[in-house]
Amino acid sequence: MSGLIGKKIGMTSIFDEAGKNIPCTVIEAGPCVVTQVKNIDTDGYEAIQLAFGEKKENHTSKALLGHFAKASVAPKKIMMEFTRFEAGHQKKFGDVLTVDIFIEGEYIDVVGTSKGKGFQGVVKRYGFKGVGDATHGQHNRMRAPGSIGASSYPSRVFKGMRMAGRMGNERVKMINLQIMKIIPEKNILVVKGSVPGPNGSYLILERWS
Amino acid sequence: MGKQELLQYVEDQIEIKDLPQFKAGDTITVQYKIREGSKERLQNFQGVVLQRVGGGPTETFTIRKISSNVGVERIFPISSPFIEKIIVNKRGAVRRARIFYLRGLRGKKARIKEQRF
Repeated sequence: MSGLIGKKIGMTSIFDEAGKNIPCTVIEAGPCVVTQVKNIDTDGYEAIQLAFGEKKENHTSKALLGHFAKASVAPKKIMMEFTRFEAGHQKKFGDVLTVDIFIEGEYIDVVGTSKGKGFQGVVKRYGFKGVGDATHGQHNRMRAPGSIGASSYPSRVFKGMRMAGRMGNERVKMINLQIMKIIPEKNILVVKGSVPGPNGSYLILERWS
Repeated sequence: MGKQELLQYVEDQIEIKDLPQFKAGDTITVQYKIREGSKERLQNFQGVVLQRVGGGPTETFTIRKISSNVGVERIFPISSPFIEKIIVNKRGAVRRARIFYLRGLRGKKARIKEQRF
């Protein structure tokens, strides 16, 4: 695989050659710096660590400052490890990766943290139907989950029963998003469809070949 | 560069056709391409502009006409490649940016005063 760290900018729409109006997400992707190369001898596994995003020096711990100084780059906000990086893209310490590693038209996976929805009931959280009728004697069960199990046997609620609770704010991966456009001079990537999280949130872009 | 500027930069690259200025209350004719199999032909849609929504290349506008006694509304994206031409037939004098009240009116009541210059 190969990949980058990016930032969600916002959504817009583009007309394709067939005249279809395609909803798109604009992502600021890279430039990312290789701040560490891990190998089997010293770390027990192979991976490269990429860093992205501006960060003030006085907001960075001394330990991290030393880590960035090693790669001779300014402090970065986000660091992420990428394993099984493509042999062709085998990167060395201090290398800079840009959107050039992607090609227009190919498909990538985008990982982000979804928007937090707070404590939600089963209708919103799991798509339960609730009680269909507002009348026929029904008065306050419109969005209730219904039965959560049988009585004397098993006399307990099964683990993993879908109930109300905290929704969102979790890692979500969108797979096979087509790259509509690449604007290298501004490090911009435009992908088809939506990606998780609010505007300004950080994303991991992965391309599996 | 901030988020807004980057988004603006992407949207600036989308081509918008040179269309005449029009606003809610105007009567316009949209000539748009229709694809039938491999053939392309032009069709007209004439009516009153109800509203313009959004900005930049993602802006859309709604047109309403009465076709055989039934109200028909159509929404066009402003950067749609199917729009061939827009002709402004009449400038209407209305006080609102969104003239949805027109939907409830018929016949003589549904007339719009023409703008005097």
